[in-house]
Amino acid sequence: MQYSEKVMDHFMNPRNVGTIENPDGYGKVGSPSCGDVMEIFLKIENDIITDVKFRTFGCASAIATSSISTEMILNKNVSEALQLTNKAVAEALDGLPPAKMHCSVLAEEGIRAAIEDYMGKK
Amino acid sequence: MRVYLDNNATTKMDKEALEAMLPYFSEIYGNASSMHSFGNESKKAMVEARKTIADIFGIETDELIFTGSGSESDNLAIRGVAKAYKKRGNHIITSAVEHPAVRNTCRELEKEGYEVTYIAVDENGVINLDELKKAIKKETILITVMHGNNEVGSIQPVEEIGKLAKENRIVFHVDAVQTVGKLNIKPKEMGIDLLTFSGHKFYGPKGIGGLFIKSGTRLGKVLTGGGQEKKLRPGTSDVPGMVGMATALEVAYKNIEEEFKREEELRNYFESELLNKVPEIQINAKGAKRLPGTSSITFKYLEGESILLSLNYKGIAVSSGSACSSDDLQASHVLLAMGIPVEIAHGTIRFSFGKYNTKEEVDYVLQELPPIIEKLRMISPLWNEFKAGK
Repeated sequence: MQYSEKVMDHFMNPRNVGTIENPDGYGKVGSPSCGDVMEIFLKIENDIITDVKFRTFGCASAIATSSISTEMILNKNVSEALQLTNKAVAEALDGLPPAKMHCSVLAEEGIRAAIEDYMGKK
Repeated sequence: MRVYLDNNATTKMDKEALEAMLPYFSEIYGNASSMHSFGNESKKAMVEARKTIADIFGIETDELIFTGSGSESDNLAIRGVAKAYKKRGNHIITSAVEHPAVRNTCRELEKEGYEVTYIAVDENGVINLDELKKAIKKETILITVMHGNNEVGSIQPVEEIGKLAKENRIVFHVDAVQTVGKLNIKPKEMGIDLLTFSGHKFYGPKGIGGLFIKSGTRLGKVLTGGGQEKKLRPGTSDVPGMVGMATALEVAYKNIEEEFKREEELRNYFESELLNKVPEIQINAKGAKRLPGTSSITFKYLEGESILLSLNYKGIAVSSGSACSSDDLQASHVLLAMGIPVEIAHGTIRFSFGKYNTKEEVDYVLQELPPIIEKLRMISPLWNEFKAGK
């Protein structure tokens, strides 16, 4: 099993790692027994995602997909961010091994959960 | 610096073994089954290789056949007994922590109508002898149990199992792929009827294995073809492989006890230093008699593949018991059988030391590993929850 250079880059140097205090949107998806958990924090102003942070327990592709998807939704409108698909995340990483495609779903679900949290608070 | 700590997967070939086999590719290349002088030269080397190994094991030369790998030897032993003893019964006993070569062969036989009992292990990965005793019934034809566990290193009480097998007239097969070359093994003194081993695990070549078959033990045919290896393993004899494996075994036995001790000391040094440097880790099978160079360590709140790849980035080669680095995405059946919870099993790394590893290399790993764990834990929500006392 071989990862693309982009996956390795985002795994070794993940972007937007950390937390946001009093986030406008928060999501946590996955489960420890399945081997991956993602936590995502959003700061949102006028429906625009102005800051995003994440923490992920999981394999390299789980960390890399978390990292790149935070880049992909930053400064985007929440409705745009909701359109982010796991396929687009995988493509942005120059592909994932077939067995790892489920990791890209984690990122998509994490973002959706955080935005739904935000919508619920509104 | 590049450090190879995956010696349970395979080993670097011993130089003496490599040199011994080289002439058998292009200088002495006849088919050992041919009657001409080219064939005779090859046959002579094959006979000598068989004698070398037989002498080390304390067995007769006609009790040893060469195969293409450990997996092939396991298949031949298990399927061969199943076939030959079918009239006597259809029950096989094995353990819950076997290598896939044994485990999946047993599973296949279940589909063919055989009944298989998988004996549980304790938290150290050691088989429960009482349970094994109770599992024996009149239909039991085979007990197949590994000697040293490839993932955690626990050593099974094969002598005791051998006694039980003998008392009940059951054929006893041992997969000794991880112990041959590390422990002094005399199959006949240990009550073993069939013993699997593989050249590349003790600094010999890949693509050659062997099977000890105690005289009187019947095996049905698994492969059909020519008359090589008592018709049990047809196919042109791999003379270079045989010579390489025999030489590697000879080299290993020259100082087998000293090397055992050296590897064990290196491994113990690694583990005690790591315990000092990294919190929330657990050494698996620590309470068992273990292979000298095997260290299975669980890093809580982390996933193994991320550790493996981070170490690889620093030139350090290890393997992982995690689901995410296996093709089938299943957590290790060995760790689960030992009662390790699945979410913790994911964070397990196997470091396997060998004869070429030095203290300097271990120090390099001890320097590089703690910051990797710290960095990955910083990203892990599970670690942060743990730190927050949740």
